[in-house]
Amino acid sequence: MAGMRTVEELLKLDPARYDITVFGAEPHPNYDRIMLSSVLAGEKQVDDIVINTRAWYDDNDIALHTGDPAIEIDPKARTVTSQSGLVVPYDRLLLATGSRPIVPPIPGLNLPGVCAFRDIADVDTMIDAAGTYRKAVVIGGGLLGLEAAWGLKRRGMDVAVVHLMPTLMERQLDEAAGKLLQRDLTERGIAFFTDGQTEQVTGTERVTGIELADGRSAPADLVVVAIGIRPDVALAKTAGLEVNRGIVVGDNMATSDPDIFAVGECAEHRGAVVGLVAPIWDMARVCAHHLAGGDALVYAAQATATRLKITGIDVYSAGQLKAGEDEDEVILRDARRGAYRKLVMRDGKVVGTVLYGDVADGAWYFDLIRRKTDVSDIADRMILGQSATVAGGVAAAPDVASMPDDMQICGCNGVCKGTIVETIRAKGLDNYDAVKAHTKASASCGSCAPLVRQLLAATLGIEDTGPAIPTVCKCTVHTHEDVRGQILAQKLKTQDAVRKAMAWKTQDGCASCRPALNYYLLCAWPGEYQDDSRSRFINERAHANIQKDGTYSVIPRMWGGTATPAEVAAIAKVAQKYDIKEIKITGGQRLAIYGVKKPDLPAVWGELTAAGLVSGHAYAKGLRTVKTCVGLEWCRFGTQDSTSLGKQLERLTWGNWTPHKFKMGVSGCPRNCAESSIKDFGVICVESGFDLLVGGNGGIELRGTDKLGHVASEAEVLEYCAAFMQLYREEARYLDRTAPWIERVGIAYVRARIVEDSDGRRALAAKFAHAQSFLQDDPWAERANRQVDATEFQPLPALV
Amino acid sequence: MTWTRICQLNDIPSLGARTLPAPKGEIAIFRCADDSVFAVLNRCPHKQGPLSEGIVHGHRVACPLHSWVIDLTSGEAVAPDIGCTPKIPTKVENGEVFLAVS
Ligand code: SRM
Ligand SMILES: Cc1cc2nc3c(=O)[nH]c(=O)nc-3n(C[C@H](O)[C@H](O)[C@H](O)COP(=O)(O)OP(=O)(O)OC[C@H]3O[C@@H](n4cnc5c(N)ncnc54)[C@H](O)[C@@H]3O)c2cc1C
Ligand code: SF4
Ligand code: FES
Repeated sequence: MAGMRTVEELLKLDPARYDITVFGAEPHPNYDRIMLSSVLAGEKQVDDIVINTRAWYDDNDIALHTGDPAIEIDPKARTVTSQSGLVVPYDRLLLATGSRPIVPPIPGLNLPGVCAFRDIADVDTMIDAAGTYRKAVVIGGGLLGLEAAWGLKRRGMDVAVVHLMPTLMERQLDEAAGKLLQRDLTERGIAFFTDGQTEQVTGTERVTGIELADGRSAPADLVVVAIGIRPDVALAKTAGLEVNRGIVVGDNMATSDPDIFAVGECAEHRGAVVGLVAPIWDMARVCAHHLAGGDALVYAAQATATRLKITGIDVYSAGQLKAGEDEDEVILRDARRGAYRKLVMRDGKVVGTVLYGDVADGAWYFDLIRRKTDVSDIADRMILGQSATVAGGVAAAPDVASMPDDMQICGCNGVCKGTIVETIRAKGLDNYDAVKAHTKASASCGSCAPLVRQLLAATLGIEDTGPAIPTVCKCTVHTHEDVRGQILAQKLKTQDAVRKAMAWKTQDGCASCRPALNYYLLCAWPGEYQDDSRSRFINERAHANIQKDGTYSVIPRMWGGTATPAEVAAIAKVAQKYDIKEIKITGGQRLAIYGVKKPDLPAVWGELTAAGLVSGHAYAKGLRTVKTCVGLEWCRFGTQDSTSLGKQLERLTWGNWTPHKFKMGVSGCPRNCAESSIKDFGVICVESGFDLLVGGNGGIELRGTDKLGHVASEAEVLEYCAAFMQLYREEARYLDRTAPWIERVGIAYVRARIVEDSDGRRALAAKFAHAQSFLQDDPWAERANRQVDATEFQPLPALV
Repeated sequence: MTWTRICQLNDIPSLGARTLPAPKGEIAIFRCADDSVFAVLNRCPHKQGPLSEGIVHGHRVACPLHSWVIDLTSGEAVAPDIGCTPKIPTKVENGEVFLAVS
């Protein structure tokens, strides 16, 4: 990264000065190493992270030799020799060999199935292993190790992290934040062995596990070693350059040989080596300046900030992590949101910060640290963030307009606000991707992308909606959150009112936004808003699932998967009567009648209703099924009456409308025969009570549940369930299942609202009950017996 | 071509549709928000989905099976999809809906 960045800077300064030859040990052109974490996590492809393509090298007349490391430098003859035997003369030589992963002296590291986390080949090894094997161990609980662990977890492996120290990322985080991080990652299913010294990696053909010095052990099919890096100085040594930990360079990035320069992780400047890209970009600029014949710029080490790239976990730290003798610490904990922040202050200045959970103010604190700004007059409010320090200000996001021009926005690429604004104006840029391409701001780790977007919006004088947050549909620029917020704030009670107040581009919306608005209004104004059947997808409008041939399926509720003989007989009878050939047992533990013609639906429902059956809502974005197992009543392992509890849950929640469908399961013991761990709300009965699980999904993207908590009584299960469902109803976006919603807000948040805040929980459960008082009306009975929506099912008289 | 009276405007729900069996296949008659009325053969050009069951918006309907959008004024699928369902001329007079059948 450092080498080609220097070349890019040089081309900007003086494109014709040199004939350039580049040797790279890896078989790829240069790519964004930082993004390997995203490739591993499946969020990006290798192609997405290439920085300069082969075509770029051709366009700039640069000879590129990939997969051909330089092996020797002859400073007298001024030549470089490559492994394939090429000998290339030079006037100036640039070394940017980076680092190598540290390999500890542990037996077994040469076994297949062991790799580091440094380059594309390592990531390929890990992705392959994740496709075939189950268990991974990562040695090293620093930034890299945790990103590796998360990526492997995302790829479906069981992951354990062995870390030498008592808390994670101890070099970047204080103990409190390290502990929070460990808690959140544990919740996401990663196991930890802290204070763990790996003694050996076991296996004969391939790794089978690891053993720790204290006797602990873990099985493994893949072991990733990420305990640190060491500057790669092998090539520099062949030239006899002065080498310590890294290749010794001066303020102009020249080595002990004035014609040989070194940049990046391989360089050692004033006794320090670096491991993050921000200082590397400074080195590249300084080095290019000197290569282009300049002599003014000098490199000076700056404070750096760290951020962890694990989706949904926000950690930020910069400067000093702990207060020394003359310093004070200010700490703020927000248990509700699982957030933590700490400032280290000295003489009225901020000298360090650690943020966990809410990192929006990170850039602001970092700027104050770098500038050594005196903040004595606002010191008491500092900890609350930037918005709390401006008079009357309650701005939720950092205020880009008030930032000084030389405030650094992109830490990775060292791009300041002024540069971004100037480039937008000079080049007439009007979209985020163009700004990123022209300024490189947010082009590396991407964590400052929201700031860059805000700056773009502020410069163009438009509203920033952001990409990560989708708009409801193409009819509007507003996000789901905006719309829900305004419905409540402005007391908007009809779809027309919403479309008018929020300047919709279409008069009557479209097939995407109408169902969403209908749901949001229904949820906001129970009993008041009149459900609009015209804004419902056919299945919900006709209360049956449309089939490929235009007929419908009819699936009545079978409470907890049970039925009386009379109910089963009624289903069989109606199927016979309407000449329905097949009854299917669904994946949701109930019986379905397939192939009913639309005009017959009310009559079919009439017969089922007469036998006491109600709609199973197999078509609804609402409660679907509650699967149960036989439990205590019959099973030799049963601990509680899971069938009865399942039925109670179904009686409590049926008829409800939710952002997407909602499924439950109740299992009588941890053997989990009702598959509770892939349900939106699952219960596992145990001797001492009930484990509550949420956010599972067995559909398109498999996701195991997160544990919400443990309760002792059935009554509590019901209360927690109602409260959870109401929170989901009120806060998830339309068409979000609970799984993606929880991925976004985090289980810690859900727990804070449902488990830790008992008043809040009871209030949510009460709101749920209020909504249910309007919703628990069997739609089939209404249509079969009370002629609701009669025209829906009757064709007009035939044309002859 | 003769105009045949089919029903009253109010027999068709606003932003909805009714169907009627006909010799050349079922017809779907739509009523839009501005009370304009359109009729097409009730078969989506994609895989014969019943268009009458779709969500009506503007002068368009979204097919219930795979969400193609059909422009009711022409019977054509909205780009990028390509296809057309036969359109039947309609008129509304004094709250009565007429279809032109040949
Ligand atoms: C009938 C049934 C299959 C069966 O033959 O057993 C079924 C049938 C359909 N499923 Fe399902 N799903 C059925 C159980 C499941 C299950 C298993 C379960 O619930 O235990 C799953 C995975 C579990 C889960 O949802 O977490 C399942 C995951 C899906 C998904 C993917 C959902 C997701 O979040 O990824 C869809 C698509 C969607 O909802 O957008 C879907 C959609 C559908 C639709 C409604 C497709 C559609 O929109 O027309 C199917 C209707 C077929 C029809 O013609 O009636 N079906 N579907 C099952 C009805 C259960 C019931 O009694 O209500
Ligand atoms: C998974 C991962 C995530 C990271 N995340 C972040 C982050 O979020 N933020 C951050 O700031 N930093 C991050 N880093 C660190 C950052 O990637 C490095 O600091 C940066 O890549 C160093 O650049 P460099 O040019 O010095 O070394 P490299 O990018 O390693 O480039 C050196 C290149 O030289 C090649 N080479 C070595 N010897 C020879 C030879 N003899 N001949 C030819 N070629 C040779 C190597 O194969 C390598 O391709 C991350 C690193 C990794 C591995
Ligand atoms: S898996 Fe579900 S959606 Fe797919 S064909 Fe079967 S029933 Fe239909
Ligand atoms: S049948 Fe209409 S979209 Fe497929």
